[in-house]
Amino acid sequence: MKNIVDKIKIKRKKRKEEAKHFISKEQIKKTAKENSRIIKQLERQNNRKNVPEEEYITTMRDPNNVVEFDNLHSYFFTDAGVVKAVDGVSFDIPKRSIVGVVGESGCGKSVTSLSLMKLLQSPTGQIFDGEIRYNAKDGKAYNISKVPKADMNRIRGKEMSMIFQEPMTSLNPVFKIGDQLDEVLFLHFPEMGKEEAKQKSISMLKTVNIAMPESIYSRYPHELSGGMRQRVMIAMALLCDPNLIIADEPTTALDVTIQAQILDLLRNIKHDIDGSIMLITHDLGVIAEMADFVVVMYAGRIIEKGTVREIFKNPIHPYTVGLQKSIPALSGTKDKLYTIPGTVPNPINLPNYCYFRDRCNKRFDKCDGAYPELTQVSPTHYVACYLADEMKAEIKAKFKEVDKNAKR
Amino acid sequence: MPKDNNQEVKKVNVEATKSNPQKTIVKPLLVVEDLKKYFPLGSSFLAKNRQYVKAVDGVSFTIDPGKTLGVVGESGCGKTTLGRTILRLHSITSGKVMYDDIDLVSISKKEMTKLRPKIQIIFQDPYSSLSPRMTIGEIIGEAVRQHGIVPKDEYKDYIIETMRLCGLPAYYFSRYPHEFSGGQRQRISIARSLALKPDLIICDEPVSALDVSIQAQIINLLVELQKNMGITYIFISHDLSVVEYISDEIMVMYLGTVVEHASTKQIFGNTMHPYTKALLSAVPVPDPDSKKQRIILTGDIPSPANPPKGCKFHTRCSECMEICKTVEPKLKEYEPGHFVACHLYPQD
Repeated sequence: MKNIVDKIKIKRKKRKEEAKHFISKEQIKKTAKENSRIIKQLERQNNRKNVPEEEYITTMRDPNNVVEFDNLHSYFFTDAGVVKAVDGVSFDIPKRSIVGVVGESGCGKSVTSLSLMKLLQSPTGQIFDGEIRYNAKDGKAYNISKVPKADMNRIRGKEMSMIFQEPMTSLNPVFKIGDQLDEVLFLHFPEMGKEEAKQKSISMLKTVNIAMPESIYSRYPHELSGGMRQRVMIAMALLCDPNLIIADEPTTALDVTIQAQILDLLRNIKHDIDGSIMLITHDLGVIAEMADFVVVMYAGRIIEKGTVREIFKNPIHPYTVGLQKSIPALSGTKDKLYTIPGTVPNPINLPNYCYFRDRCNKRFDKCDGAYPELTQVSPTHYVACYLADEMKAEIKAKFKEVDKNAKR
Repeated sequence: MPKDNNQEVKKVNVEATKSNPQKTIVKPLLVVEDLKKYFPLGSSFLAKNRQYVKAVDGVSFTIDPGKTLGVVGESGCGKTTLGRTILRLHSITSGKVMYDDIDLVSISKKEMTKLRPKIQIIFQDPYSSLSPRMTIGEIIGEAVRQHGIVPKDEYKDYIIETMRLCGLPAYYFSRYPHEFSGGQRQRISIARSLALKPDLIICDEPVSALDVSIQAQIINLLVELQKNMGITYIFISHDLSVVEYISDEIMVMYLGTVVEHASTKQIFGNTMHPYTKALLSAVPVPDPDSKKQRIILTGDIPSPANPPKGCKFHTRCSECMEICKTVEPKLKEYEPGHFVACHLYPQD
C-alpha cells in the first residue's frame, strides 16, 4: 500500500516538474491579454495624424553623429512571452563613417536596423523604450521612436535607405527595374516628371557600374544575376541622395568575387554621398575590411564596441575572442579550430546573470552576479564583462610601471 | 581535357614516393575520368540544334582513401552537379566514374542501390534535407534498416552510438527536427550518412548555412571523424578559408571545367591560374591592418548555356591574350601534382 502511495507521489512530482516546461492555457491567455493592452497603446501613439513637430524633435548629444541609439528596447510581444530582441542598446554612428554590427543569427542586429527604419513587424514588434536620434539633412534632429507612421514615410527612403540581404525577394518580380526605381522618385518628389525620373534612374544605374543601364532599365529582376540585382538595390537606395545607408548583410547571398565588387562599390559610394553606412553582417572579414567602428552584439545586447583596431587587435570579451578564433585563417596553422561550446540562449527566458556565462571559458565567481554593465576601457572601447575590470587594473599597473621607468 | 591513364598513375606514383618512399602505391578510392553532364534546354526534344547547359564538362580527378578533395568555385560553376553526378543522382552524359574498380556508370540501378551506403552525401541546407515528420531516430535509422547494416536487435544501440559519435545525446532519439537549431540539424545529417559506414562522403556546402561559431564545431567534427574512421571526403564549398583548412587537395572549377588542381600547399603557395588568384584575393581577411592587393573581377560568371569561346575565363581575365579568345587551354601538369589550364604557361 505504502509503495503505491509513494509511486503516486513521485508521479505527481514528475508531472509538476514537467509542467514547468510547458505553458498552460490560462498563462497564454493572460500574456495575450497583457500584450494586446501594451500593443494597442503603442499602436495608438504610432497611428496618430497631424502630430505637432515639437513632439518628436530633439537635439543630438553630439552634432557630429548621424544616428544615436540611446538605450533602445525593441520587443516582440508573442503569446509565449515577450521576446526582448533588442534590450538596451546604445551606440552612435558618426558622420562619414562605416559602423559594423556583428553577431550570430538571432542576436538582434537586424532588429536594431529595422527599429531605426521603423519597419518592425507590427503589431507584435514594437519599439518599447529608448530613443533613436537622427540628424537630418536640414539640421533638425528627429527622435525616430516617437515619429508617427505618416511622418516616417517622408524620412524613410529619402533621408536613410536600406539594402537588404536577399536581392531576389526585395525586388518586385512583376515590375520592370525602371518602374521600381522611378516609383521611389515619384513618392519623394511628386513634382518630378516622367522623363526626368527616367534620366535620374539611368544615371544612378551608371553610378553603380551597371553596363548598358538603358537596357537594364527596361528589364525584369529575374533577368539579372544576383550581383546585378544587388547593384540595382544599391542604386535604388541612392536615388534620393540619403544621409545614411543601412546595409543588412548585403553580400551574404553572393559569391566571394561578386562580394569583393559590391564592397568596393559601397566604399566608393560612401565617398560620393558623403554620408554614413551602417553595415550589418556576421562575416568578421567583411567588417575588418570595411568598418571604422564595430559593435558586437549577443542575445540582444551589446557586449563590446570600439574602433576596428581595438576590436580585432585587443578584444576583451571572451565571445569576441572566440568568434575571431573560430574562423579558419587562410594559410594559417592546421590546429584544431577553436569552438565556442553550446548555443545562444532562448530569447524569451533570458537568465539574470551574464547571458554568455554558460558558454564562457573564462568565467569566474563574479560572473554569477547580475548582468555586467558596459564599462569603458579606452575613450572609444567599451566592454560588458567582469573581466574588463581586472584587465583595467592590469593596464593601469602596466602604465604605472612605464611611468616609473620613465621617471628613473 | 582527358588525362590518359599513364599520367594518372604517374601522379599517384609521385605522391606516394614523396610522402613515404618505402610505401607501396596507394590505390585511389575514386577515379573520375572526363565526366560530362549536360542539361538539355527547352522542352521539345525533337528540335534541331538543341542547346545544352554544360554543367560539368570533362572533369577528371582521383582521390586516395582517407584524403579530402576540396572543390571550389563560384555559384553556377558546376560543383554541386559534379557531386550529384558522381552519386548518380543525375544521370551521367558521358565519362567514367570508377569506385573501387566498379564502374558506377554502367552498373544497374539495383547494383547502385547496394553500393549507396558506401557513398553518402551531406546537403547544404539542414532545414530542408530532414523530413519534418520523422523522429531523429527514424531519420538516422531508415537507411540502416534498409541496407541491413546491423542485426535487428542491435539496431537501436547502434543508432544511439552513431548519434553519440556526432555529439548528439541519446534522448534526442525520439525528437523531431523542428526542435533543433541549424548546427544540431547538420549533426543529424552527418549522423545519417555516418550510420551507413561509408567510405566516401560528398559534403555539399555543409557549413555555409551556419553561424561562424557553429561552423567551427561542424568542421572539427568532420575532421575528427576522418581521423578516427578514415573516411574520404569530397568537400564542396565556396568558402576558400574553410576548404583550405579541411582539404589535402583542391580543385578549382570555372563554368564546368577544372582550371587548377593541386595540393592545398601548392594552390596557396604557388597560385598559377589568374582565376584562382582572383578568388584568393577576394576573400576578406579579419585583420584591419592587412593591406593586400586585391584583384577585382569585372562582370558576372557567363551563362553556362552559352559559354565564351576559347578559354572560358577570358572575358573576365586580367591577363587575357589573343590566343585565349580562340583556343581552349589544356589542363597540364607543371609541377608534380599541380595541374593548370591556362595559356600563360607553355602548353606543349
